[in-house]
Formats: sequence, C-alpha cells, structure tokens
Amino acid sequence: MTQIGEWFDRRLQLAAPIRETAEHAVPRSTASWFYVFGSAALTVFILQLVTGILLALIYVPSASEAWSSLQALNHDVTLGWFIRALHGWGSNFIVALVLIHMVQVFLFGAYKFPRELTWIVGVFLLLMTLGMAFSGQVLRFDQDAYWGLGIGASIASRVPILGPAIVKLMLGGPIIAGATLSRFFALHVFVIPGMLIGFVCLHVLMVLKLGINEWPMPGRLVRRATYVSEYHELTKKDGAPFVPYAIWKDLFFAAFILLAVAACALYFGPFGPTGRPDPTIIQTVPKPDYFFLWLYALLSLLPLSLETPVLLVAPVLVIIALLLLPFLSGEGEKSWRRRPIAVLTVLLIAIMLSTFTHLAGYTPWSPHMNAWSGDPVPERFLHGATALQLQGALVFQAKQCRNCHSLGGLGGQRGPALDSVAVRLTQDQLIRQVIQGGGNMPAYGKNLSPAETTALVAFLKTLHPAGQAPARDAARDVVLRESGTHP
Amino acid sequence: MSNENTLSRRGLFMNIGMLFNGLVAVALALPIMRFLLSSVTRGRGDSYLSWVPLGRVSEFPEGETRLATFRNPYVMPTDGKTVDTACWVRRIAGDQFQVFAVNCAHLGCPVRWFPQSGLFMCPCHGGAYYRDGSRASGPPERGLFEYPHKIENGMVTIQAGELPTPGMPVALSEKKPPCAG
Repeated sequence: MTQIGEWFDRRLQLAAPIRETAEHAVPRSTASWFYVFGSAALTVFILQLVTGILLALIYVPSASEAWSSLQALNHDVTLGWFIRALHGWGSNFIVALVLIHMVQVFLFGAYKFPRELTWIVGVFLLLMTLGMAFSGQVLRFDQDAYWGLGIGASIASRVPILGPAIVKLMLGGPIIAGATLSRFFALHVFVIPGMLIGFVCLHVLMVLKLGINEWPMPGRLVRRATYVSEYHELTKKDGAPFVPYAIWKDLFFAAFILLAVAACALYFGPFGPTGRPDPTIIQTVPKPDYFFLWLYALLSLLPLSLETPVLLVAPVLVIIALLLLPFLSGEGEKSWRRRPIAVLTVLLIAIMLSTFTHLAGYTPWSPHMNAWSGDPVPERFLHGATALQLQGALVFQAKQCRNCHSLGGLGGQRGPALDSVAVRLTQDQLIRQVIQGGGNMPAYGKNLSPAETTALVAFLKTLHPAGQAPARDAARDVVLRESGTHP
Repeated sequence: MSNENTLSRRGLFMNIGMLFNGLVAVALALPIMRFLLSSVTRGRGDSYLSWVPLGRVSEFPEGETRLATFRNPYVMPTDGKTVDTACWVRRIAGDQFQVFAVNCAHLGCPVRWFPQSGLFMCPCHGGAYYRDGSRASGPPERGLFEYPHKIENGMVTIQAGELPTPGMPVALSEKKPPCAG
C-alpha cells in the first residue's frame, strides 16, 4: 500500500504540500463553533454539484418537455423525487449558510486588512449564489417560473434606453419561450457553476495563505504596519495545527447540515413543479421562492415614484457598498463589542428582510380572487336584516367587494376590514367612497345602478358593533332640524 | 550595446505571435458577439411583430370582455406551449374593439377580468384596471398594454409578437381614454 502511495507521490509530488496545508498552525481561538459556516456552505455546494449532475441525467432543458421530465423525476424514476428534494433543499440551505457566514465575517471584522480581497471574492460568491437560486427556479419550468421570468423581464425593461434590448437578451427572443429556458440552463449548469468553482478556489486559497481570522479581542486594533507580524506571533505562541485541532468542528457541523438537508428532503419532499407553464392558463398566483419573497413584498409596498429607482439603483448601491466596505474600514477595531453600528446594521437588515418575508407569506396587498364566490357573508351580519339590506349584502358579494375587503376575518386584506365601517363613515361618505373610489379604491360609479348603490350602502350601514352607534353627519342633523324636515 | 533595450529575434517572434493571436481573437469575437446578441439585433424595430387573427367578430358579444388566445408569430421548434398567448378582447359595440395584454403593467403577472364589478384585478401586487384598461388602483404606473388591432375579412386581428413590458418603446402604447369607467 505504502509502495503504491509512494509510486504516485514520486510523480504527483502532492503529499508534502497537502500535509503542510493540513497542519498549518492556526490561532487556537479559531477552533470555534462560530467558524464552521464557510466550510458547511462549501459542503452543501459539493452536494449541489453532485445532485445537479444526477438531475441532469433525466432533466430535459426544452420548453416543451422540461415540465414533463420533472414529473417523471418526481413520479417515475426511482428516488428521483429525493434527488430533486435534496437539490431544492440544498439551495435553500446554501443561501442561508452563505448569509450567516457573511454576517459572522462582518461582525468578527474578518474582512479587514489583509483579507479585503477574500471579502470581495465572497461578495461575488454571494451574487453568484443568488444567481444560481434564481436560475434554478427558472429551470423548475412551471407556472411560477414562467411568470417569475415575466417579472424579471418587467424589472429589466425599466432600465433607461437599454431596457428593451436587455429584455430580449435575457429572454433570447421576443417572448418567454424555448430559447429563454435554454439560456437559463446554460447559465445554471455551465456559466455560473464554472465561475463559482473558480471563485471558491480563490476564496479558500486566500484563507490558507492569509490565515484564519483570529478571535477578535476588544481593544486589539488592526494596523497595516504591524498586523501580519502580530498574527504570525499569535499563531506561533498560541497556535495549533488546523488538522485535527480545529477541523473536527467543521466536520461535525458539515455532517449535521447534510443530515438536516436530507431530513428536510425526506420529510417535505421536492419543490413543485406547480402547474404547466402554459401562458393561456391565467388562473395562477405566481410567487417566488423564499429567498426572493422579501423582494416580492417590497415591490407591493413601495410608493409608485420610488419603485423604478429602488429597483434599478438600490442593488447597484448595495453591491458597491459591500465591495467598498473593506477599504472604508480596513483597519481598527475588529470586535463586535466595540462596533455598535455594525451590530445595529446587521439587526436592521435582518429585521427588515424577515418582516418583508413574513408579509409575503400572506400577501395582504393581493386581492383574494375567489373571496366573492367562496367566502359568504357571515350569518351574524345578516340577523334581522331588512330586504333592502339583504339585497345590499348580495351586491357586496356579487361586485367582488369581498376580494379586497374582509368581513369576520375572511376575504381580501387589500382594503380595510369592513366589520365596523359604519362607525367610521357616514351614509354620505359611504356613497361617495363607493361611487368615486379614492384612497387606492377603484370607483364603482359606472358599475352600480342607483338601486344597487342604495342597497349596498344600506347593508354597509348595518356594519357596526352592537353597542356602538353608526357615524352620522351632525351638521346634516342641524340643517334638517332647522328646516323642520327632520323626523 | 546591451541586450536589454534591443529586441531579440525570438522576442520579436513572440510579439508577432501575440499580435497574431490578438487579431484572430478579434476576428472570432465578431461572429460570437453577433450570435450572442442575435435576439436583440433581430428584433430591432418591429420585425418580431406581425398581424395575428384572434377570431371572427361575431365570436365576441357586444359589451363583453372575453379571453382569446393566439399563437405567437415567432416560433422556435422547442417552444412547446409557451408560444400560446392569452389576451383580453373587449367589444365595445359594432366594430369598436379594445384588445389588452393579460400582463399587468406593473410586473407582468396575468390579470383576471371580473365582469360583475367591471374590473381587471392582478393577483400579484393588487393592481386593478377599469373595463377600458385604464388604471384603477394599486402599484401599476399606467393602464393595461393594448395591442393595435383591425378588423380584416370579419376577423379581429392584432399586431403582436413581443412580451409586453413597462419599458417597451412604442408598439403597445397606452391609450388615454376620455373618461375612466
């Protein structure tokens, strides 16, 4: 055995550099559970490469057959569903791991001198990971993928002057069709993975050359002139060989993450595909995968005038800020204990992203397309109602008011809930609001006859809590009393 | 004379070799770029657009809005169902028509028509449009995209072929109605 090994090493001459790399000294403080996210992301990346190649054995990148080949993977090919589930869950895990790794590096000041380029390469790795996530969603060529591409095209088309050309370049033609899927296949399978492999190698090479970032101590400042010698002193005085001193934690965590991916794949199964990518089926509610849900929410909540600038300018600014970060604060304090603004920035971004993601989970801004026919007016709102009010409740349902307004907690949330609308608006205000719209409500004047409006408003006037009187126009009361016509 | 400032015979050959490679690279880059950008250059102007029949005028009742489908005029062999496109056809009266793209003017999700309330509603971000396609509420900045149309031999015909997106220059422009409703 040793002889065979020696035969190969005489020709390859790799044993010595590998041993040297494995046993290079790292500061003892880096053998920490906080330092395992990068290697875990790398492990899941390898899982993605393997499962990706396995899927490519069956998957057909053609607009007419991709969807059927996914169905075959799910239902016909032995364990095809499991490989799809591993790949899908692996992508969710890798996005999460890359983000956690980035937050850890940021909070531990690891991007500072001399590791600026490691950070910059990491920023590109993040962008490529997100590129893989989006293009992967396209390859799952279903209704969500089709309309998701439409959303991508609509965003790209807003680029001044070049917009329409960018759309055609992105779609590979005038519409979302076969050429679109093929080019996203090329991106997802050849272009981005190739670049990812190259950039991952660079990233890891720099970690090895420059050393793992030592555990930050408050008050121990980074200075360009002295840092490198200080780091070498630290590894000499308080260092230990990376293998096995630090690596066992990486190994444990990587195995745990792989197990978690497999468990999710086994328990939750693969993602989709949803309906056939047939553009003539318009009864669909497209939604992005979880890592882009925050964007979906943001696009509903931004004011009109801000939408295009935020879509086109904000990503550029964010990327520039990330790339400039190591140059703007390349020296000084590393410890998060002495960097309150860094901690607050991370918290703010995390809260923002999770709030938007949570909102996108139940989309209060979308009309409930079937509420008018599916959610009847709850019985308690109709007790003791007059014929006119009952007719009004019917108008309320039939004119799709329910798609945007909820009653008894059921219905759309685009507009305000109407359970107690009569307390807020007087009869005249109700009529005006229904007929003229306003405040983001369409005007119904042309679609309601006077009789329907009267009935609808009579019903809306009954919508107030039992002990609370409906709103009334006090001025109108006075006028009516003075003219002697008040009942 | 020292050798540092003079070009050796081998050095000259190397430089010529690099220049030669550079020229070949440029010569190859041209067809590669033309291939890569073909979907852009081919669609310059309105060469992707053609007139497509949707159906006989009599198939669309007066005063109603109906979903019609057509096959995109530009087709590749592997396009499958993706070239089948839907659009909303509104017959106002007689030969007066409006043909809307199903794609919301906000981000392109498919809008649905609700005849009872006379509104198009978008399931994605809640855009709503009146029956004439003008914006009613929600995030869209404009009304629905409208296909140019004409009646030819009793057929409703539209000029189509490109995915309608908010940044499109001319083809599917917004028609300003005299009065919304």
